[in-house]
Amino acid sequence: MAAVMGEPGPQGRFGDFGGRYVPESLVEACDELDREFRSAWADPEFREEYERILADFAGRPTPVTECARLSEELGVRVLLKREDLAHTGSHKINNVVGQALLTRRMGKHRVIAETGAGQHGVATATAAALFGLECVVYMGEVDVERQALNVFRMRLLGAEVRPVASGSRTLKDAVNEALREWVATVETTHYCLGSVMGPHPFPWMVRELQRVVGTEANEQCRRLLDGGHPDVVVACVGGGSNAAGIFSGFADTDAQLVGVEAAGGAAIGHGVPGVVHGMKSYLLQDEAGQVAEAHSISAGLDYPGVGPEHAHLAATGRARYEPVDDAAVLDAFQLLSRTEGIIPAFESAHAVAWLMREAGRSVPRGSTVLINLSGRGDKDAAQAMDLLGDRL
Amino acid sequence: MTEAGPLETALRRRRAEGAKLLVPYVTGGLGQDWPAVIEAVVAAGADAVEVGIPFSDPVMDGPVIQQASARALAGGTTPGAIIDTLGRLRPGAPTAVMTYYNLIFRGGHRRMASLLADAGVAGAILPDLPLDESEDWTAAADHFGVETVMLAAPTTTDTRLAAICERSRGFVYGVGLMGVTGQRAALAASASIMAKRLKAVTDKPVLIGVGISTPDQAVEACLEADGVVVGSALIRRLLDGGGPEGAAELVAEFRAALDAG
Repeated sequence: MAAVMGEPGPQGRFGDFGGRYVPESLVEACDELDREFRSAWADPEFREEYERILADFAGRPTPVTECARLSEELGVRVLLKREDLAHTGSHKINNVVGQALLTRRMGKHRVIAETGAGQHGVATATAAALFGLECVVYMGEVDVERQALNVFRMRLLGAEVRPVASGSRTLKDAVNEALREWVATVETTHYCLGSVMGPHPFPWMVRELQRVVGTEANEQCRRLLDGGHPDVVVACVGGGSNAAGIFSGFADTDAQLVGVEAAGGAAIGHGVPGVVHGMKSYLLQDEAGQVAEAHSISAGLDYPGVGPEHAHLAATGRARYEPVDDAAVLDAFQLLSRTEGIIPAFESAHAVAWLMREAGRSVPRGSTVLINLSGRGDKDAAQAMDLLGDRL
Repeated sequence: MTEAGPLETALRRRRAEGAKLLVPYVTGGLGQDWPAVIEAVVAAGADAVEVGIPFSDPVMDGPVIQQASARALAGGTTPGAIIDTLGRLRPGAPTAVMTYYNLIFRGGHRRMASLLADAGVAGAILPDLPLDESEDWTAAADHFGVETVMLAAPTTTDTRLAAICERSRGFVYGVGLMGVTGQRAALAASASIMAKRLKAVTDKPVLIGVGISTPDQAVEACLEADGVVVGSALIRRLLDGGGPEGAAELVAEFRAALDAG
């Protein structure tokens, strides 16, 4: 049996999930990417450059922070993996640095990306600026509006932001539009996909590029916990890249792995198997197979699907996935800000909200819980101001 | 060697008569009169009709067919309703549905294949189901006698091209350019190259689709190909209110140009 979170094979299968359901026009590009990533990932020089940029440019390793006041409040020992402190404000930078290096290695000079909250778009624009690549980011019109600050940041970094007016005008439609463009430009352009989703090799490749989060956290926890590991590792899941990154560092331990979905976008919680965006996974859809629209306070989790490896981890029981609603997220957003002086991204606040609910219930008092704090909340301040307003 | 189904048989027969093959695309559920559009394009000279079953996330389609799909879905159409309606139509030429794989996967491979066969639909075209992922579907489709048309693209390697032609039933769909469906000002050079590469490895009918917008472009593509699929140009006319008459008029123009060579 393959190791948990190991290599998914040439077809990119995670149990019944994954695969490569793309138009024939993209098959060769996916094959090329698979070949290039395999060879790059086995190449010490590539790894060295990737790690050097993550250290010198992106600020890795990020720390693990012990949360004294929150721990006291919840009755469990809370540790945060501080991806909010990585350059550009989230874990997204880990993935794009790797993919930008691959873009250059493949001799391509242009990247396209989809973005929901704008974090992956900003990260891609940043890496494109660093490597001198042309960059176009597709973003749903709804998200362009609610994440205006990130739109400006992308433009400031030299990227072109193309608003997407089709469908639900959110992340799902941004992915559609990026795929459509990639079909037309695949010979010169790399699609820098932002999560552990899409056709093979993306789910596997992006997880490997996020593995650094889990590897660092595992070592940091061993130092803090006398060679042990946390009882529970928890992360928010939209497509699921930050969760895949941190889970990969603990998949071989007996730590419980918990993915937290937005209640309005809970593909694993409320979806059934389906095929969209090049992958077979759990998917919110109607009886005929039309994809449903997700609804969440957090643009980054407003997605009706989920990465195929998470579908597999759920199906095998290695990880469990639970939803939290928008109101709980707003409470968590405030609680972490006030008790620890850390303003989390709405996405990351889902993981905190889950622990607020479960501490003393499914997570016994005295447990040690590691939360992947995947991003910082500055981007959400304007929206939070509208939602909380006078209540503060 | 598998025995050819009704779609391939009809197209081979027309080719043997010296005709260039014309297959228009009609979005199922677009307006109340879409069944009449199918009958009208057959009367105007279509050799077969590709009927789109709209999907919420059509990644291989450009703005025109996206708009048609969205409009049909907003009108409440479902795969079941479209297949039912096709079962009652006798258009006088074979039909093939064109849709995205999730609608088949969700409906169940065997159930969908049997529904299509019972409705008299000859073929199925699934642009997001490449050869490597197609086995579950083609096993069911073969069992019920639904011809699965495979697509080849300009970036397809020679080795894959041969395998795609081998697996394809009905005809082989050569994607004429690197891009999604939609109208283009001129025929892409890749269209003729695609047709030539396919003709070199298969005896099955070779049709070029994507980017065939005018009768002149169809004629040019047919210097190499056995025929063409015409989608966005026809749908544009339907979205503009052309109705069955407008559709017939456009298809007749393509027919006349192809017949004149």
